[in-house]
Amino acid sequence: MWKPRPDEKPVSSNPMPQPNTPAPSAPATAAAPAKTNATFRAEVAAHIGKSVVVKGELSGSEDLYLDGEVEGTIELRDHSLVVGPNGRVRAHITAREVVVHGKVEGNVSGNERVELKRSCVLTGDIVTQSIVIEDGAFLKGSVDVQRESKTEARKAAASAGAGQSSAVALVGAQASFLEHK
Amino acid sequence: MRWFGGSAQVQSKPAVKSSTGQRSSRRSTGFTEFTRSLAGYKDLSVLDLGQTSSANITFLTQFGGRVYNEDILRDSLDPSYAIRLEDGSPSLDGEKFFAENLNYPENHFDAILCWDIPDYLHEALVKPMVERIRKSLKPGGILLAFFHTKDAGPDSPYCRYHIVNGDLLELEPRPDFRLQRIFNNRHIENLFKDFASKKFFLARDNIREVLVIR
Repeated sequence: MWKPRPDEKPVSSNPMPQPNTPAPSAPATAAAPAKTNATFRAEVAAHIGKSVVVKGELSGSEDLYLDGEVEGTIELRDHSLVVGPNGRVRAHITAREVVVHGKVEGNVSGNERVELKRSCVLTGDIVTQSIVIEDGAFLKGSVDVQRESKTEARKAAASAGAGQSSAVALVGAQASFLEHK
Repeated sequence: MRWFGGSAQVQSKPAVKSSTGQRSSRRSTGFTEFTRSLAGYKDLSVLDLGQTSSANITFLTQFGGRVYNEDILRDSLDPSYAIRLEDGSPSLDGEKFFAENLNYPENHFDAILCWDIPDYLHEALVKPMVERIRKSLKPGGILLAFFHTKDAGPDSPYCRYHIVNGDLLELEPRPDFRLQRIFNNRHIENLFKDFASKKFFLARDNIREVLVIR
C-alpha cells in the first residue's frame, strides 16, 4: 500500500529519535516546542501523503508518517506512527509510539508512548505506558496508563542475564500487559 | 463510545475561541475529600467532564485504573444538536445529544469530576446529564461538582480546572462560555435528589462545592 520515498535516507533500526518532550507527569504547559511538520516528516522512513486514502489493514516494520486518510487498522508494533495535521484516521492503532497532530477515531495502543499535539482530535481509548497531552488537544475517550510493559520486562531480562528469574519476570509482565488489554 | 457512525461535524472540534486568561490557583476542600475517597479503590474508573487536561490525567492515573475524558460542554456546541422549539426559541436536541454523548454502561464509574459544568450547560441538558451520570456511577460512587453562588459577570468566567495536587486546583479562564444560571441550595438538592447523600462546602470565592454519593 505504501512504500518508502526513494529520495530519503535508509532507515536505521530506530530512526525516530526520542522527542524532546517532558516526562509524562509534566503538565501540558511544560511541553517542549513541537517539531515542525518538515522535521518529523524527514525523520521517518515512510510517508503517506495527504491525498492518499487507504482502506483496510495497514501494517509495517518501519516508522510511518501519515498525513492521508486511513480506515481499518494500523499495526506497526515496534515502530512509530506520526499522524500529521492533515491525517484522518478511523482505525485501531497499535505502535510503539504514536504522535497525533490530526484526527483519529479509534483505539490507540502506544506501547511506549502516546503524544497528543495541540491540533489533535482523538475519539477513542488510549492504552500506553506514558502519555503527553499538549494544551489544546481534544480527547474523548479513556486513558489507561500501564506502568509496566513488555519492553521494560525485556530490558530487565536483558540486563539480568538469561537466568530463570528474569524469564519469570518477563512472563509476569506479559501477563500483566495482556490483562489490561 | 461512538464508532465510525458520527457526523463529520461531531468528530471535528467545535470552533471555540482559544485565547485564555491568567491562571489562578485555589484550594478545594471538596476536591481534597474527593481525592481521599479515591485512595481505597482498586482499578479505579474516573470520568472527567472538563476539557482535556494533561495534569488531570496524570494525577488521576496515579491511582491506577482508567481515566475517561469527555468535554460535554464543548460537545454541546455542535450545531447538529441545535433545534428550534415550537415558539421559535433556540434549544438543543437532548435525545440526539445523549445518544452520542455520555454513553457509558450503568454502574461503570467510581468517581466523576463534574466541575462547574451544570452552571454553563444548556438548560435542556442539565437534568438529563445528572440522571445519566447517576446511572453511570457505581452505588457508593462519588461525584464532585462546583456551583457559583452569584453571577459575578466577567469575574465568574468559565474555567478549565487543572489538578495540581490532592487539594490544589489551577483555574484557567476560558472565554468560550457564559454562566447560564445560578443554582441555590434548594436547586442543588433537587438536582441530586436521587443520590444517597450530599455534602456542601462553601468557599470564599463564591463557589459552592458539592460532594455527592450515589
